[in-house]
Amino acid sequence: MNFDFSEDQKFLANEARKFLEAQCPMTAVRLVLNDDDISHNQDVWKQIVEMGWLGTAIPEEHGGLGLGMLEVCVLAEEMGRVLAPVPWASTVYFFTEALKLAGSDQQQADILPKIVSGDVIGCYAASEGPGNADASNVKTSFDGSTLSGTKIPVTDGDVATHAVVLAKEGSGASLVLVDLTGDGVTRKTVQTLDPTRSHAEITFDKAAATRLGKAGEGDALNSQLMDRAAVLLAFEQLGGASRALEMAKDYALERYAFGRPIGGNQAIKHKLAEMYVKNEVARSNCFYGAWAVSTNAAELPEAAAAARIAACEAFWFASKENIQTHGGMGFTWEVDCHLFYRRAKLLAVQAGAPKVWKEKLVRALEQKNAA
Amino acid sequence: MDFNDTPEEAKFREEARTFLKKHLDAKGDKPLRQRVDGTEFMRRAKEWQKTKAENGYAQITWPKEIGGRGGTPMQQVIWNQEEGKFDAPTGPFTIGLGMCIPTVIAFGSDEHKKRYVGKALKGEEIWCQLFSEPSAGSDVAGLKTRAVKDGDEWVINGQKVWTSGAHYSDYGILLTRTDPSVPKHKGLTMFIVDMKQAGVEVRPIHQASGGREFNEVYFSDVRIPDSDRLGEVGAGWKVAIVTLMNERLAVGGSPGPDWGEIMTYAQQAGTMSDQAFREKLADWYVAAQGYKLTKFRTQTALSRGQTPGPENSIGKIITANHLQDICNSAIEMQDHYGIMTDSDRMPADAIFQQSFMWAPGLRIAGGTDEILKNIIAERVLGLPQDVRVDKDVPFDQMKSG
Repeated sequence: MNFDFSEDQKFLANEARKFLEAQCPMTAVRLVLNDDDISHNQDVWKQIVEMGWLGTAIPEEHGGLGLGMLEVCVLAEEMGRVLAPVPWASTVYFFTEALKLAGSDQQQADILPKIVSGDVIGCYAASEGPGNADASNVKTSFDGSTLSGTKIPVTDGDVATHAVVLAKEGSGASLVLVDLTGDGVTRKTVQTLDPTRSHAEITFDKAAATRLGKAGEGDALNSQLMDRAAVLLAFEQLGGASRALEMAKDYALERYAFGRPIGGNQAIKHKLAEMYVKNEVARSNCFYGAWAVSTNAAELPEAAAAARIAACEAFWFASKENIQTHGGMGFTWEVDCHLFYRRAKLLAVQAGAPKVWKEKLVRALEQKNAA
Repeated sequence: MDFNDTPEEAKFREEARTFLKKHLDAKGDKPLRQRVDGTEFMRRAKEWQKTKAENGYAQITWPKEIGGRGGTPMQQVIWNQEEGKFDAPTGPFTIGLGMCIPTVIAFGSDEHKKRYVGKALKGEEIWCQLFSEPSAGSDVAGLKTRAVKDGDEWVINGQKVWTSGAHYSDYGILLTRTDPSVPKHKGLTMFIVDMKQAGVEVRPIHQASGGREFNEVYFSDVRIPDSDRLGEVGAGWKVAIVTLMNERLAVGGSPGPDWGEIMTYAQQAGTMSDQAFREKLADWYVAAQGYKLTKFRTQTALSRGQTPGPENSIGKIITANHLQDICNSAIEMQDHYGIMTDSDRMPADAIFQQSFMWAPGLRIAGGTDEILKNIIAERVLGLPQDVRVDKDVPFDQMKSG
């Protein structure tokens, strides 16, 4: 049995934690929170680029580090702990993975090295309105060379240089690659529950675009891409949930009421124990997702769904009960609890809400049970 | 990251499989409903235990000098996994070898070890653990069974409860109060007790589930020689902690129907289209996977020769509640029909109805949900202990109800 990260991967996690704690403290997150004109923390982003993390799972021939998905999982958890206010998830989990999944050799050779160098920041544009953004819910259309329609909200859509877009093509759907700095692209920042990550409404008016993969594959590719992104997002959620539990625990030990630490009361102890249980259930399911995504296992659909469902639940519970444990202080702008609460919600809906994944999981189980 | 054995582990697994195939039938289609007190079952259980002991599979991590294999914790895990695939009658020895005998080994005299360890290992004698009392459950140090010194002997009077296997046990480890004038943890003493002697009366408990698998044990002027004391007089709590540490390694799973069983039932019944049910099914799958995969993490630590982290402590909190919830949903899915318990008539042989009545007990046995959460909060998260108003109060001046 070898169901854990390797010593090298744990070392990477440890180094990443030290770096992020030093370079990306909550003041760095609040810089983005408190100023509508700042889309992301450029200092932190620059250092992440310099360390080569964006190329973690990009092959060496394209300038990457040529490591695997397990290393990305490890970094994702650390990014989640500090609520990194940078377009990391959009670029790495969605944009890079879409290119690796469906990009032609030429597209990969053109774009992947620029991701590593920081010249390209990517995003994924699927949503157009309320409801899960799968192929059946999309009106934006691709005619073989240009793209027209409106995507809203697009996470990191105002800072990204490129987008992968889920669009209708003929009677089916396709994934297409767009340079957001070109003609026919209009971007407007939109306000969200999590201002530490920027979001945009992007309107395409005959914008030049190229297809990723074949025409009509969009539905299947979107689904595969979501499986991969879900595992990575789950690690980010796990990092956030773990940090929220630590915050709640620390506060429960230092806050005195009725003459002793509030953490001595069973109502608080049991609440925090429940957080721990949910976090460990999430961690174990995340590990399984990591194994599945790193080995391209046939079990990936259910592994990704389980990781996502468990991680959404863990971060939701930990972030809301962390506020509760902090009492009135937890409801102030100055205390960081609400930043975790905000991020938990963003990550829970960004790639399909838990409800969507539960349905996806049960369908996968039904197929297995029928076979 | 993978789920494979190391070459050494694979070799041991193969050895174990070969041995098991030679001696046992694989778990077949027939439901395992043998009652633990059935004479035939007990004969088979003792025979299997003897076979294991003679071939070094009885207690894999114990040193060879006392009849173990001198193996690794990972080998014990592998053995348990493989043995679990066969129709192996192991139940009667779990408590004795898992909890009582390790306590005897830790605190007993050389004579005790010579007298008891080998026979227990070979299944010739069965042991039970006598801690819980009617007024001492989660707070087991509040027990009242008295041991009073009389020359070289102790005289025992009192009542124990929830004693698994007391009716077929030969010996037990018995926690008693020897000094009520000091605070509760300080006045306890542990003994080895002969369960077949006069004055020991075992009465089955009629459980809420309808069965009678556990017992009350009454002690009336039972005499125990001072030489059968385990540990110092007044040091019984320290001894009990060793026993309970071993218990915590043992509890975890809650046997019964899981997501797969209720899904199969829903498919047969044509109720898979119920959206609320589908969402619950997803949650059950995630919880079951969470439990299973967390054990894999623990095994990984063992396989790497490391001490497992505290994550294993989540086991029973998840599984017992999970089982209760699944059974409840399955019964409600059957609507009015679901109230019936006739296994010939009911879907899935009425396993949902049976486990529905077991589940409340599983949430209590081996540490209640509440105690387990306290343990996580205190030992894993480092939160303060509960307020203990009885901590420094002599036991005989304490309030009890």
